[in-house]
Amino acid sequence: MQTKLIKQTLANTDFEVRSLDNLEAAQPKKESIFSYLKYLLMGLFFGVILVKSEVISWYRIQEMFRLQSFHMFGVIGSAVVTGIMSIWLIKKFKIKTISGQQIELPAKEFQKGQIYGGLIFGFGWAITGACPGPLFAQIGSGFGVIIVTLLSAVAGTWMYGLIREKLPH
Amino acid sequence: MIEFLKQPWAWYVAGPLIGLMVPALLIFGNRTLGVSSSLRHMCAACLPAKIPFFNYEWKKEAWNLVFVAGIILGAFIVASFLNNPNPVDINPKLVTELNQYGITNQYSLLPEQLFNWQQLLTLKGFFFMVFGGFLVGFGTRYAGGCTSGHTIMGLSNLQLPSLIATMSFMAGGFIMANLILPHILKL
Repeated sequence: MQTKLIKQTLANTDFEVRSLDNLEAAQPKKESIFSYLKYLLMGLFFGVILVKSEVISWYRIQEMFRLQSFHMFGVIGSAVVTGIMSIWLIKKFKIKTISGQQIELPAKEFQKGQIYGGLIFGFGWAITGACPGPLFAQIGSGFGVIIVTLLSAVAGTWMYGLIREKLPH
Repeated sequence: MIEFLKQPWAWYVAGPLIGLMVPALLIFGNRTLGVSSSLRHMCAACLPAKIPFFNYEWKKEAWNLVFVAGIILGAFIVASFLNNPNPVDINPKLVTELNQYGITNQYSLLPEQLFNWQQLLTLKGFFFMVFGGFLVGFGTRYAGGCTSGHTIMGLSNLQLPSLIATMSFMAGGFIMANLILPHILKL
């Protein structure tokens, strides 16, 4: 495996790639073509909410950062409260996945990138009026030029990967 | 019903629905919500270039790419069938401020005077579309997540690093929107 050949000198700081996490619970099952369909549907549902709630609007983001509207704070706040209650219920009742797997969530570790990277992303969020989810939603809504913004975001991610070992973490 | 769906959805409708994405992904697929990771998978799939950070089995994470394809499709469906026919409701203070910078066409979700193909060739357009996008991609990966991965997913799981990241996102946004953007918009 190529994965094993190239040695990482910096430990994992990104806890969003599940196959790189050391979890006791089983990794998610191998997906079939049909099981991918459920992710398409969940993504579709997510996309509909993002557009209908206008959180993909550049104006809503400007209002949020200028404290001119409660809308974004309400959306994010109520989403987090719902998420906290959901995970609490999953843990309390040891709810399993539909295929019977145990649900285990990786604990994130603190690293300075959460501050430096967070600030950098915050700058970009205020400029573009979009975080990554809304970038995709803006493109789907017919703002074709945002493809350029998305490609630039991919380039930014690539650049991070390139110089990551030199950055403070 | 369709008329109701065409209205913008209130925060107390949209927020809980977004929150429910967390248990939905966990229960239906043992997956954690996160969108910015899809950008890393795109790098891993298209141009890993022997960079250790991009050498992993991205196919194991392909669900994430299908998920973002779904977001595009969902947004397309709204734009085609459930579009709000009225102009976006904007705080009058912001309208006045933007008028000063010549942003007067405030009818859709994005100011089209700022985000369009012709603008790409100007300094201002480059800043908003290209430079802004670069910061989003670089920053989210450096932080290990974005608004969905840290703010929604991470906070739902009561992760302190996600709270630190979220506060940094907000601080960065406040600084940019209030202290820097007004100067750029004047260009």
